[in-house]
Amino acid sequence: MSQNVLKVEDVTMQFGGVVAVNNLSMEVNEGEIVALIGPNGAGKTTAFNVISGVYAPTNGRVSFMDKPMVENHPKGKMRRIYHGEKDGVYKQSISKTPDQITKLGIARTFQNIRLFKSLTVFDNVLIATHMRSKANVFSAAFRTNAAEEKANRQKTSRLLEMVGLSDEQGEISTSLPYGKQRRLEIARALATEPKLLLLDEPAAGMNPQETLELAQFICQIKKDFQLTILVIEHHMDFVMEISDRIYVLDFGKLIAQGTPDEIQSNPHVISAYLGVQDDE
Amino acid sequence: MKKHTGRDLVLSLLLAAAFAALLYYFQYDKAASHNYAVSILERSAIYAVVAVSMNLLNGFTGLFSLGQAGFMALGAYTTAILTIPTHVRQSVYYMNGIEPWLEKIHLPMVPAMIVGGLIAAGFAALIGIPVLRLKSDYLAIATLGFAEIIRALLASRPMDRITNGSYGLNNIPGFKSIYQVFGIAAVCIALMVLLINSSYGRAFKAIREDDVAAEAMGINLFRHKELSFVISSFFTGVGGGMLAVYMRSIDTKTFQVALTYNILLIVVLGGIGSVTGSIIGSLLINGGQEWLRFLDEPTTVPVLSSLFKPGFRMVVYSLLLMIVVLFWRSGIMGTKEFTWDGLFGLFSRKKKKTGGA
Repeated sequence: MSQNVLKVEDVTMQFGGVVAVNNLSMEVNEGEIVALIGPNGAGKTTAFNVISGVYAPTNGRVSFMDKPMVENHPKGKMRRIYHGEKDGVYKQSISKTPDQITKLGIARTFQNIRLFKSLTVFDNVLIATHMRSKANVFSAAFRTNAAEEKANRQKTSRLLEMVGLSDEQGEISTSLPYGKQRRLEIARALATEPKLLLLDEPAAGMNPQETLELAQFICQIKKDFQLTILVIEHHMDFVMEISDRIYVLDFGKLIAQGTPDEIQSNPHVISAYLGVQDDE
Repeated sequence: MKKHTGRDLVLSLLLAAAFAALLYYFQYDKAASHNYAVSILERSAIYAVVAVSMNLLNGFTGLFSLGQAGFMALGAYTTAILTIPTHVRQSVYYMNGIEPWLEKIHLPMVPAMIVGGLIAAGFAALIGIPVLRLKSDYLAIATLGFAEIIRALLASRPMDRITNGSYGLNNIPGFKSIYQVFGIAAVCIALMVLLINSSYGRAFKAIREDDVAAEAMGINLFRHKELSFVISSFFTGVGGGMLAVYMRSIDTKTFQVALTYNILLIVVLGGIGSVTGSIIGSLLINGGQEWLRFLDEPTTVPVLSSLFKPGFRMVVYSLLLMIVVLFWRSGIMGTKEFTWDGLFGLFSRKKKKTGGA
């Protein structure tokens, strides 16, 4: 029985009167690649932002390795305008900040690449090792942590080699071609030593060839780093190729879940994607 | 890239030696004109410390703060109060008298400066808790306000017996030798450079580049911003202490917003995010302001005689600044640091240009 890495329970995210994610529950088990798909505006990225701590959900709970890391229930003004379900089930208010969540072992990439723009490729990855280093500001400034610093630099070199960016390590990150920037962002996320990797539309803007390479790359790093991966994606071929299980969101609600084969033949999914109207 | 390290080291040592020799010459040859040059250099060094510490915050961490004058005032007053010799204190505080508990507390110069820095850092830590949640312009306005509050508090009536209120403080012992001021400035700047090049410095830069991504990489935004703010304020406080020792007498008018703008000017002119840029900027601003003094003097050149009046200097100075900012958008150094390779590259590029034309 594989262990449950991420568990999302009844998460509702409401902005004012708009319910962006409605009562989403999902699980990601150890060693899986799970995809979260859905048409534009279905609430995928919002769900991602709740998991990574950018937004506190209006209601619901997110647990990582069986420990709740985000939990909330409608309060104050939101109590009155709350449209979601399961009000009153979750009593606690826990909201870990994104950096605490990263420290627990969840790393993420961004839909619109967010690199440290004017810094070099090497520094981009090296910065991500800062969180795990034990140095305080004095030991770092006076170089008494030289051994650790050296280890971090070696780790960075190794990571860049693994993602195939060794030759570009001295270049400014934004000067890289798009596909390599994606890889760099993944390398940077890996430098935080995650157990769970969240990829937000990693294949966006890529041609079929690049997408294929990316799929292989993701399977490779999953094996090398013993990762569990949750990915948001639009490219159906890509999703069908890499994922073990798929969750489908539409208008903030989960409409289907299952293996790629099940999803492909699911009438709800087909109608959501192709806009076919149900005859009733 | 690394083949020139030996040469660079030699050249840097030569530059330092030449500077030391120049200082020695100034001290050895006791002509009055040298005192003038030395005092400009000293002020440049002090402004450079404050400019680099402002750069640490504005240029490297990306927090646009304008509280420098306030923190300098804290450092300056602390240093002044602690270093004024106990036997002249009664005469310094002749209007209001001095608090009895303060009367006997006396520290040598360097420890007094460190205490001044610590007090500035302590205030920064308190101010930072509410203020660092703001961003860009709002942060600038909030820190500006706090700097004015600090200044007003120092001049306020209840503080009369500590800060001597609006009468200011004088009889502050000056630097014992000219090496002292450059030594302290060099140590302060070296410490900040060490910090900037450490993993914390990189984390600061990450926050500057993209705070959302930095947070997703596990960098605790508030903790690192607060750290940068406190360290920057510490060195600003030390710089203020140096200014007090350099000026020998201070009052709260010295630490008005104009002082912050002066430092900001140095940082922007030198390049936001460049330590060497701040040092060069400090030399240029302090030296330039003095060098242009001839514009204030009357002249016999026909057309210019109507222009050269007291105040004309600042017109030209401001024009020059505008020209520099227009043509070097990101300051003289941008975010790069001074390297010998860069200097030689500048010459060889120029040569190539003339050769080609």
